[in-house]
Amino acid sequence: MKTPLLRRIGLTVAAPLTAGLFALIVSALVLEASGSPAVETFRVMLENGLKLETMVDTLNRATPLFLAGVAAAIGFRMNLFNIGVEGQYILAGFLAAWIGASVVLPGPLHVGLIVVSAMVIGGLWSGIAGVLKVTRGVNEVISTIMLNFIATGAIVAGLLPRAIEDPTATNQGTPTIAESGWLPNLNWVLELVTRDITKGRKLTGVIAIAIVVGVIYHVVLNRTRIGFDLRSSGMNPFAARAGGVPPKKMVMYAMIATGMVAGLVGMPEILSDNHAYDQGFIQGLGFAGIAVALLGRNNAPGMAFAALLFGFLDSSSAVLQVRSTASSEIVTIMQAVILLAAVVAYEIVNRIRQRDEVQRASLLSGAAS
Amino acid sequence: MPTAIELTGITKRFPGVIANDNVNLVVEAGEIHAICGENGAGKSTLMKILYGMQSPDEGVMRVNGREVSFSSPTDAIAEGIGMVHQHFMLAGQLSVLENVILGSEPVKSGGRIDFDEARRHLAEVSEAYGLTVDPGDLVDTLEVGERQRVEIIKVLFRGARILILDEPTAVLVPQEVEELFRNLRELKEGGATIIFIDHKLQEVLEISDRITVIRRGKTVATVNAADVSAGDLAELMVGSELPTPDTTESTVTDQLALEVLDLVVLDNDDRTVVDNVSLTVHKGEIVGIAGIEGNGQTELVDAIIGTGPVMSGTVRLLGNDITLAPVRKRREAGIGYVPQDRHHEGLLLDAPLWENAALGHQTRAPYSHGPWMDRAGARRRTEEIREEFDVRTPSVDVSARALSGGNQQKLIIGREMTADPAVLIAAHPTRGIDVGAQADVWNTIRKARSEGLATLLISADLDELIGLSDTIVVMFHGKLVATLDPAEITPRSLGSYMTGAALQEDVR
Repeated sequence: MKTPLLRRIGLTVAAPLTAGLFALIVSALVLEASGSPAVETFRVMLENGLKLETMVDTLNRATPLFLAGVAAAIGFRMNLFNIGVEGQYILAGFLAAWIGASVVLPGPLHVGLIVVSAMVIGGLWSGIAGVLKVTRGVNEVISTIMLNFIATGAIVAGLLPRAIEDPTATNQGTPTIAESGWLPNLNWVLELVTRDITKGRKLTGVIAIAIVVGVIYHVVLNRTRIGFDLRSSGMNPFAARAGGVPPKKMVMYAMIATGMVAGLVGMPEILSDNHAYDQGFIQGLGFAGIAVALLGRNNAPGMAFAALLFGFLDSSSAVLQVRSTASSEIVTIMQAVILLAAVVAYEIVNRIRQRDEVQRASLLSGAAS
Repeated sequence: MPTAIELTGITKRFPGVIANDNVNLVVEAGEIHAICGENGAGKSTLMKILYGMQSPDEGVMRVNGREVSFSSPTDAIAEGIGMVHQHFMLAGQLSVLENVILGSEPVKSGGRIDFDEARRHLAEVSEAYGLTVDPGDLVDTLEVGERQRVEIIKVLFRGARILILDEPTAVLVPQEVEELFRNLRELKEGGATIIFIDHKLQEVLEISDRITVIRRGKTVATVNAADVSAGDLAELMVGSELPTPDTTESTVTDQLALEVLDLVVLDNDDRTVVDNVSLTVHKGEIVGIAGIEGNGQTELVDAIIGTGPVMSGTVRLLGNDITLAPVRKRREAGIGYVPQDRHHEGLLLDAPLWENAALGHQTRAPYSHGPWMDRAGARRRTEEIREEFDVRTPSVDVSARALSGGNQQKLIIGREMTADPAVLIAAHPTRGIDVGAQADVWNTIRKARSEGLATLLISADLDELIGLSDTIVVMFHGKLVATLDPAEITPRSLGSYMTGAALQEDVR
């Protein structure tokens, strides 16, 4: 072990690199097999991805993915498998949009009200799964899946007719929120360093919220006592309990926090895009968030990278279709392959690292005794 | 009579421990032979060797007179050896018949399972050994005793003539034990040889023909059950030479540190596992709890630490009632804890050493500062622990998993001691670690005692108990059955109390 530091850095970089390379090769094979030119497809994706407008698309898409990733990661860190991000953000998005549409307040207050109600609703909803787990021992996987169905199938479907203002409209949803409840776009930030953004693309203001959430997540988990309590509970609940960490409280904290962040996932739609909850409200982000958390290893910078990567791939799918270079589904295949390859690569690197550590530790105790 | 099993000079080493040390065992065909010894004496390792789950480092095994060497249980099964595990390995949603044939299904043409043949064979086996089961019953609907019978039949179905039963009575209620014994006698009638592992002396005397006692990995003696009393067996199990107690001057003070009053703990099935226990530990005193494992020691510790339930009674720390206090309050009030299983309750294996050092003390300096973790402080303190307690590690940033057992234990002892506890609860503090680390741990505890630490020591290691303790209490069936002076203990007295062969009337 001449250069343990170099080796460690090498190992850290090796995992995502090999996973990326592997995904590229598999996608190329799939493309060629389905009769599309692989090199051409990748070139189109890259060329398109480097356009300013596509970058805005990528960021807009990455923002909710990142939030969903953080929501899932809070649970994972505690060994809680919150499948319910999906239901939590849809329910929170719907109710927050409704609340937002029924009042008119001065700008910041109006936006604040929507954001806070989304977080509270998300937190309360996932808190139900927490209470069930703590008091009745109900597995959170089961309860959150069922809560998903209740949220989307019963509550949203049941209440939506009451929220509808114009029953004759084709796309039925909550009334549009007054302009005071719109979050300004952040195009100007990008335009500080580049040219003007065209084609009506608007960088969502929610990205600022996402960055704040990411920073809080990172700092709380790694630098605070409560974060240490949560992580130790996730790593070994028995040792944590013997060390004075109340396990039930930790489950409640984690479930509520994951729901609160999940509540934010629908915010780009409500604060920046549509300003309403309607039938076009984006679905499936909760499950995509699980993928982001997995790829990002539950840590904030990793998840930001994963969200951007997935966001980029999502935004390429449209151009592939338009230019008919390849079927847009190739993007989904790539995402899946990246994820699988990454999970395997991380595990391999992890084992190598552990073996290294054991070797170094035993060398030392052998030499000293 | 021919010999079913003959082991000569079997030795098995694990890093830092010798589990079996030159073990010799002769089991005659058609007998019920009990293997007796405390937990950790090496019974399980010996059985794993016999069943091919582990191979010995040295020694010769003969089965039915032929020398054999097993590389897996398949080889053992081929020689007619079967094992009934303590924890049943049955599929609850399958029928008895399906469970019995699982893995050795008779097949007819086309690869289909020949259920008729299976049923016929099963009936044959039940008939031959007098074991009644209904092949159609769902295993989930069976009582524990019936499930055990299914396990036994499963083994016989595969042609085993030599059965190893690993603590078969541990999971049974008394009536079921009688039923099991009846079955075992029938098996013997049917010509099977039975190796019966247990540490409950009365049961062993009742069922077996001969008994082999193992202590510290060595075979101590093989005796005829008819010729010995429970007291004799107890003495064999404990050993004839006890260590001499530490002669250093007593540092026991009259200040109470830990008081346990009339403590009662029930388990999940509402059985009393800690039965009206009272004990006191003074500052500067080490009170040792002796007893065969599973007699309520774990539950007593859990109740004191705050991780387990208390039915009634009181726990006081330095005069304050902490019976209902949360774990964290107790730790902050000065309870140090060395858990019996460091991987289960002691460590975050994947976290760096400095986080492990903080565990249990994360609310206090130098590990934290208000709501913030103090990473620099925690690292510094861990460096100190590494120096002072000789934790051999390349750095405090490696994960706990990387360390050897002895070094992990030294880290745990170090983090508890540097937190300056008033009371230390040490459960098997030197289990599974090498001799050098053991001496370090003992010295640490002795030194802390002279500085006024009150220690409650739970151990199965008599060297440790007698060598460290000022007072020894014996726990049996959840009760404290004796209070003994380490200087006056005899193997017979200690063994008799531990195994329930004698009861001291003047407890406490």
